[in-house]
Amino acid sequence: MDVRIENVTMEFQNTVAVNSLSTTIRNGEMVSLLGPSGCGKSTTLMLLAGLYKPTCGNIYFGEKNVTNIDAEKREIGMVFQNYALYPHLSVLKNIMFPLRMQKVPKREAKDRAMEMARLVQIGHLVDRKPGQLSGGQQQRVAIARALVKKPNLLLLDEPLSNLDARLRLEMREEIRRIQQEVGITAIFVTHDQEEALSISDRVMLMKDGVLQQDSIPQEMYRKPINSFAAAFIGNPPINFLLARKTEQAGNYELVNSSQIIKLPGYLNQQKIQIGLRPENLFLTDKDNALLTGEVIHLETIGRDTLIRVQIEDVTIRALIDPSIPINVGDQCHLGIEQDHVHYFDTENGSNLERGNSYDGQANMEQYA
Amino acid sequence: MVRSALSRTTVYILLSLGAVLMLLPFVWMISTSLKAPNEVMAMPPVWVPTEWKFENFTEAMKVAPFDRYFINSVIVTLVSTIGELLTTILAAYAFSRLNFYGRDIVFAILLGTMMVPSEVLLIPNFVTLSNLGWVDTYSALIVPWTASVFAIFLLRQYFLGIPKELSFAAKVDGCSEFKFLWYVMAPLAKPALITVALLKVINSWNAFLWPIIVTNSQELRTLPVGLSAFTTEAGIKYELLMAASSMVIFPMLILFFIMQKYIVAGVARTGLKG
Repeated sequence: MDVRIENVTMEFQNTVAVNSLSTTIRNGEMVSLLGPSGCGKSTTLMLLAGLYKPTCGNIYFGEKNVTNIDAEKREIGMVFQNYALYPHLSVLKNIMFPLRMQKVPKREAKDRAMEMARLVQIGHLVDRKPGQLSGGQQQRVAIARALVKKPNLLLLDEPLSNLDARLRLEMREEIRRIQQEVGITAIFVTHDQEEALSISDRVMLMKDGVLQQDSIPQEMYRKPINSFAAAFIGNPPINFLLARKTEQAGNYELVNSSQIIKLPGYLNQQKIQIGLRPENLFLTDKDNALLTGEVIHLETIGRDTLIRVQIEDVTIRALIDPSIPINVGDQCHLGIEQDHVHYFDTENGSNLERGNSYDGQANMEQYA
Repeated sequence: MVRSALSRTTVYILLSLGAVLMLLPFVWMISTSLKAPNEVMAMPPVWVPTEWKFENFTEAMKVAPFDRYFINSVIVTLVSTIGELLTTILAAYAFSRLNFYGRDIVFAILLGTMMVPSEVLLIPNFVTLSNLGWVDTYSALIVPWTASVFAIFLLRQYFLGIPKELSFAAKVDGCSEFKFLWYVMAPLAKPALITVALLKVINSWNAFLWPIIVTNSQELRTLPVGLSAFTTEAGIKYELLMAASSMVIFPMLILFFIMQKYIVAGVARTGLKG
């Protein structure tokens, strides 16, 4: 079942939580709603669930307009951040609950609940109460309860944020496995970019109630639509620098620094913001350097070394090859491939390349 | 160590004294119920009857139709308890979960009524009932007691502690508001509901003033009212009164022993009443 959102706006007393949102989620797709807290992603989920009614706009499940249909009639499954299991019921009864509400005979409800419990691998725990389970197990119960009535749509509201780091990774893969096994359309809310990029077919990035970018995870990373998307995706975060056009055509000068950098000539702006991802920067010699500065901080994180380089009064983060010896206080030269540089408008933050000479497909071939 | 042992001893002594003080009337009641009439008022007091007159109990039963009173008490207690539970659950849900205009003001007014002493309400309530033509009916004994602001308050607080996401989950799972209340909220509030029910049963069973005001006929009397049958022009037959009283409070004693935990919790909360 396709889910179509059409110009949906949700206003609370004084704030616009979701502003004129439109998108289509195709059958069997797993979509992440990503954004900082307060961006409207959870509100969007509540709107899809029918727990909130939009101020204006329409929501379609398939061909059916469900905008004014109540949550209990929308045939959806939902997993909540704190799982919201019924504490007084056993695991089995929790999973059976939605079926019992549909008046499915007890026998059949029990069989279906057991089958679902086995799918999420908690078949041996069905007689326990939720309070006797670990966070990961409660999560599995919540997923089983959401899926047992064979809903058309599965909604997950930050389902992993109450789990510890390792379990989060495990459950992330679990959710993906279950979603693909059942073949259900799923929408996943998260504030964790890594979670969103790894789990979903498509990511919708939101900010202040407005959809910023709606694309496959790789494209969001490679071709951020604006400086917000660029800053939100990627860890460690992208470096931003201001640059001003020099007399010489095609050259830009870093603001706060007298360094001259070569950038493509087709940019017409007098001032631009450039974005450099730390993992795209590398150490090089003086002639090929884009930037030169002093290493002021160095830390080794697993397979990478993260350095901070002071260039006049801006600081740049770079992930470099740990086999190259470098120390705090050293001068270093940082280079970057031309097509790894992102250019943004200083006024509205939009990516100056998008809609210019690039399109996502061509770009991806170039990388392959 | 020494200090804590000492303070513990002090606490136990004080508690024992309190317990003895509380138990004395019960002991005296049972002792009196087994005495011969001449020992009842004897000075110095006779604590252990010289002759155990168990026939006081059978005789007491003959003075008035206690079987009828017993049935009345059971009916009134049961129906008003069930009624109160229903109204309490519904009202507490409305005041904790539903958004309607003026909700908090209505609730504040309800709480305000808790400050009105119940004696003040006797006459207005009686007038209302007599206008309804309910005087000397079961309705008079039951209906005014099927709602309690205190119980609503208690349950509302309990409901407010239940996370809102549970109601979202229930809705997504296909529950209407009422089903959610019935299948999720009420079972979760079981401890609070038991406390409410117990306090109600005790109050209802022991009620004296209201039943005596609104009923005239024998057939509608409850046990506490029935005890007044031992008061005659010739004086009070204490040994029979005490025998009957022992029987009246017996069910409550059993209830107390079984449900102690909940009653104590309830009374501790009653302290909030102020």
